[in-house]
Amino acid sequence: MNFDFSDDQKQLRDQARRFLADRCSPAAVRAVLEGEQSFDAELWKGLAEMGFLGAAIPEAYGGVGLGHLELCVIAEELGRALAPVPMTSSIYQAAEALMLAGSEEQKQAWLPKLASGEAIGTMALAEGMGRATEKSIKATVSGGKLSGVKSPVADGDIADVAIVAAREAGKVSLYLVELSGPGVSRETLDSIDPTRGQAALTFKDAPAQLLGVAGDGWRLASEVLDHAAVLVAFEQVGGSDRALEMGRDYALDRMAFGRPIGSFQAVKHLLADMYVSATLARSNAYYGAWALSTGSAELPVAAATARVSATQSFQHCAKNNIQVHGGMGFTWAFDCHLFYRRSNGLALALGSQSTWEDLLIDRLRQRNDAPAAA
Amino acid sequence: MNFDDTSEEAAFRAVARDWIQANAPKELEAELKGGGFGNNGLKSVDPIQVAKAWQKKKADAGWACLHWPKEYGGRGATPIERVIWGQEEGVYGALSGLFIIGHGMCGPTVMAWADEETKQRLLPPLASGEHIWCQLFSEPAGGSDLAGLRTAAIPATDGSGDWIINGQKIWTSGAQHSDYGIVITRTDPNVAKHKGLTMFWIDMKSPGIDVRPIKQANGQSGFNEVYFTDVRIPDSQRLGAVGDGWKVSLTTLMNERLSIGSGMPTGFPELFDFCMNLQTEDGLAIEDRSVRSRLAQYAVKASGLKYTGMRAISALSKGETPGPENSIGKLVAGATMQELAMFALDLQGQGGVVSDPEIAAAGARFQQMLLRSPATRVEGGTDEILRNIIAERVLGLPGDIRVDKDVAFKDIPTSGRG
Repeated sequence: MNFDFSDDQKQLRDQARRFLADRCSPAAVRAVLEGEQSFDAELWKGLAEMGFLGAAIPEAYGGVGLGHLELCVIAEELGRALAPVPMTSSIYQAAEALMLAGSEEQKQAWLPKLASGEAIGTMALAEGMGRATEKSIKATVSGGKLSGVKSPVADGDIADVAIVAAREAGKVSLYLVELSGPGVSRETLDSIDPTRGQAALTFKDAPAQLLGVAGDGWRLASEVLDHAAVLVAFEQVGGSDRALEMGRDYALDRMAFGRPIGSFQAVKHLLADMYVSATLARSNAYYGAWALSTGSAELPVAAATARVSATQSFQHCAKNNIQVHGGMGFTWAFDCHLFYRRSNGLALALGSQSTWEDLLIDRLRQRNDAPAAA
Repeated sequence: MNFDDTSEEAAFRAVARDWIQANAPKELEAELKGGGFGNNGLKSVDPIQVAKAWQKKKADAGWACLHWPKEYGGRGATPIERVIWGQEEGVYGALSGLFIIGHGMCGPTVMAWADEETKQRLLPPLASGEHIWCQLFSEPAGGSDLAGLRTAAIPATDGSGDWIINGQKIWTSGAQHSDYGIVITRTDPNVAKHKGLTMFWIDMKSPGIDVRPIKQANGQSGFNEVYFTDVRIPDSQRLGAVGDGWKVSLTTLMNERLSIGSGMPTGFPELFDFCMNLQTEDGLAIEDRSVRSRLAQYAVKASGLKYTGMRAISALSKGETPGPENSIGKLVAGATMQELAMFALDLQGQGGVVSDPEIAAAGARFQQMLLRSPATRVEGGTDEILRNIIAERVLGLPGDIRVDKDVAFKDIPTSGRG
């Protein structure tokens, strides 16, 4: 049994960690948090040059042609570093959707640009508050023109192309829409995590190209979300580990009552519980990675498991990292809130925790042999 | 990344599977499947006799104590082969419950510290199940604080070199069935507590040993109190040097950690199955949103434990040693099972109070889980001790400030001595 990443994949992880230590310091994350830019364009370019954006994209489409396991280890490092880049939107969703369902022409047109970072993609499902479901899709397509409002759309303010769920003759399909084209207006939205931008996109007869089979849109969107859920779970696992380390380091350093606060059991147990969450989340994320990389029929269960576990872990670690830091953890100057913001942003990014809990139970029922576990 | 056996592992698995297929006591399979939560489910037969018979059969064919060297009755197998054997043995593994402490902890301690003649004499009958062993460590005054133990061994005054043991042990699993045990004692109360300890092996039939089963909160009796009154043992039964008992005990406890791969039950599959079939006023329980949310939370814990185990097995497969991070297994499983049992009873409404297996849902499994699960959170290291282990040995946080450090044992205040 080898339920682990290979040595080459671990080397890639180390390489990504070194690169991000150099190019994505907390100061760089803060520059996006506090500045006008909604992402770090230089870092994005650097990630493209390193081949990280195109890791899972075939060479025929301008990628590096490695695979999803490689993309997972890169994702973990991006999560640790809180990289302020549109990776989730452009690579985990748009590129994955194109690889799953794009026509040869669509793949040729967009994948090389996404891999090189020249274009940014996103996926637009939600239409306001509440869960995005097949029924909630009101945007329409008629005669190749798309109309409706999508909000929030992650990285919608900077994306060049969006994969949009809309209804044509009553059936939901996915469509490619160029956002610089006619009939598209966008409005940037404030959010709890400004290091990953959000926007509302309004379409009025915007030219739209069908992606995949007509009427197959929601199934396809779910499949894309499953891929993205595994990859985002690795970001969440990376973020969990880093938040835990920050808490640990502070507990070792900070003295109170004449001793390091990390010698108090109340603090030690808080950190031990964070470790437990992070460990379970990592193991579940590996399960997701295995299912994604092998094309297993277990992917729907594995992705939802990885997602629910990783969301719980990152939220737990990020909030308790603040707790360990005490009052300093609530200052703007300390980095704790960056992790807190990101953990809560990611918890909603692909649909809320309760949505994924529901999906997990549905899928376990479908599989109809109660888990795997025990 | 895969779950596949290497070719050597696959070959070993095939041999193990064939042998088990041909030799396992299949007539007990159904009963064993109904076991768990403090008993192995056997009602139609004497559980000790069938356990000994299965162990003997395994030993005769070279399948006992896989991780032990052949000369002591083992197989000299690799850690990963031991895990594979456990997977293949499946429900029949429950038959070996009686021997877990002897094979996993006492045997390796004797192996590490006894002289060759003693090892040749004691270990093969332990491996083959002829003898049952117990581990006499915990005491009323020394549970989590094991080194606070007070059972005294003092040199006999007749110049024989023998030791006279007086005191009381508690929570000794299987003592009532045991032929031998390893016992940790205090031989010097005038030095710091970790320094005055000495380990012995002991014949449980020795005069002066009195074993009394403890009736547990759930009504069962798996543990015992063991009283020592002027029990005389020869110095040749000492394991390690006088005063080195703490070091010797660490051998025992380290071996406990190596027993991975079997995985602790959480009760999740049973709960999921229950919710799939439970009709409520509003339809099936599993359709209820609040039920689904709870189930999903338990599901990811059960799954997380399963795949954490897979990662540990993968490390073993590569020849690495599993570390203290495996402490999370019992910590997560114990608390999850307790919460989950309460939730399952809640779903049963007022009827959840009934524990008669003929009447209660799922054969009263959840009621049994409820009543057994507090023990899981205490035995073999409390939740709090496990969190300390994670905090100190995995995360590198400092140990607690010890007020008894460098204090002679006799001067440490205890609740028992005022």
